[in-house]
Amino acid sequence: MMEGLARSSRPLRWAIRRDWADAAILVAAILAGWTVASWLLGEAVLPTPRGTWLRLLDEFGDPDFMDHLEATVRAFGTAMLIASAGGIAIGLTLGARRLAGDVMEPVLITLYSIPKIALYPIILLMFGLDISARIAFGVIHGIIPIIIFTMTALRNMPPVYARSARTYRLTPFRTAWHVLIPAAMPEIVAGLRIGFSLTLLGTLLGEMFASQYGLGHLLMRSMERNETSTIMALALLLFAFATAASYGLLRLDRYLRH
Amino acid sequence: MSRPAALRLLLVVGAVALLEIASRLAWIDPISFIPPSRMAEGAWTILASGRYLDDIVLTLATAGAAVLLSISAGFAGGIALFRFPRLRRVLDPLLLSWYAVPVFIFYPMLIVLLGLNRWPLVAIGFLFAVAAMAVNTLNGLERVPQVLLKTARTLRLGRIDEIRLIILPASLPFVFTGIKLSVVYSFLAVIAGEFILSGAGFGYQIAYAYNNFDNETMYGLMLLLLTFVGLVNLALHAAEQHLYQRRVPRDG
Repeated sequence: MMEGLARSSRPLRWAIRRDWADAAILVAAILAGWTVASWLLGEAVLPTPRGTWLRLLDEFGDPDFMDHLEATVRAFGTAMLIASAGGIAIGLTLGARRLAGDVMEPVLITLYSIPKIALYPIILLMFGLDISARIAFGVIHGIIPIIIFTMTALRNMPPVYARSARTYRLTPFRTAWHVLIPAAMPEIVAGLRIGFSLTLLGTLLGEMFASQYGLGHLLMRSMERNETSTIMALALLLFAFATAASYGLLRLDRYLRH
Repeated sequence: MSRPAALRLLLVVGAVALLEIASRLAWIDPISFIPPSRMAEGAWTILASGRYLDDIVLTLATAGAAVLLSISAGFAGGIALFRFPRLRRVLDPLLLSWYAVPVFIFYPMLIVLLGLNRWPLVAIGFLFAVAAMAVNTLNGLERVPQVLLKTARTLRLGRIDEIRLIILPASLPFVFTGIKLSVVYSFLAVIAGEFILSGAGFGYQIAYAYNNFDNETMYGLMLLLLTFVGLVNLALHAAEQHLYQRRVPRDG
């Protein structure tokens, strides 16, 4: 499963030498397709890009919206922090100990592929109906790819690195900090990129079910009221955020590879 | 059995046993977390009564349709991305952030487009899975050795024959990774869609049991779902291993 994703990110990375023309073409094509689709379907079903943009600006002026946005940012930020720190720590441990890694790898891949939403009630029963349940749900979505990428990187690390660390008698913590993390950095960033998307998805899903706060709740409410302009405005916001973050991590990735 | 496999089995059995003891002795809240043995009992009752058979079949049919559609469209899309590098460069950012937006939010539009039936859910599963299939197909096509493509040109194969006789067999192991992801992702999206939005199906029944504090049914259904997904994964993994061994020579 994860090997598939790891492999798939590689050709994408080569293609990143994109210039502004490509970005302009993409934006223009999306806008054109979107406008035509909204003419065909009617504005009530699919609002025009202009209408969506105005709606989004409207939302930003609304204090109620800002509260929901803040709730999502807090839940997602915390979840991402826990998933990154925990994922890297667990990945390093499993990667440095071959037997532990061999034992856990299939378990992790199975955990990755189960529909975690079906287990959300358990999380709710464990954490209650507040923000901690949504954070936990974001974490269980995002942490697994980060663990797997970090672990795989360490397993493919030249053995001489680990031997040098032993020769210098580094403590496990200093080995991790000075040797293992720098050696695994590109893969860690690749894992963080996938982990980012999934953590965001998990947090939003958590807000959609049994929650009164956050963008996920707003989305759910607009779906029930069939407010398509709000749905599109929020989709635009999420998409822009995810693309910007993904692009930033890619830049970091390329920078670290030099 | 190898040592890691034995340890893994021990770990899983130990975890289940620990849960059993912890919930029997009420170390953890026995109301919210029932012992695994009672989950199994619940799962068996559900299977024996056949009460949720309709929902299970419905979910399988929906996910199946989504899998078929996403595999065919994703494969075609992967070929298009391979043939037109410019297209790929342009679409790249879109593919990267594809999975961060929950596709479920387009449900209301999909209902207007496709009607109030199972097709919006099929569309959600399709949208969720198609990007993974396209990216993995592209990836597989890039690994078709140049010499095979040259052979195709030497033999003056047509476009269709080239795909059918050369490209598809050569890239199959990688394309299969895409198929595997399509199956998993379609399933994830359909279950999640049912859980949050729909009024029928496996995912909906779990949400319904949760809302009614019917923990026995809820955990039973979860266990059935996990068992099923586990079996599907196992089958796919076995098929994949088989393909890799046959098609890809070990790198020397």
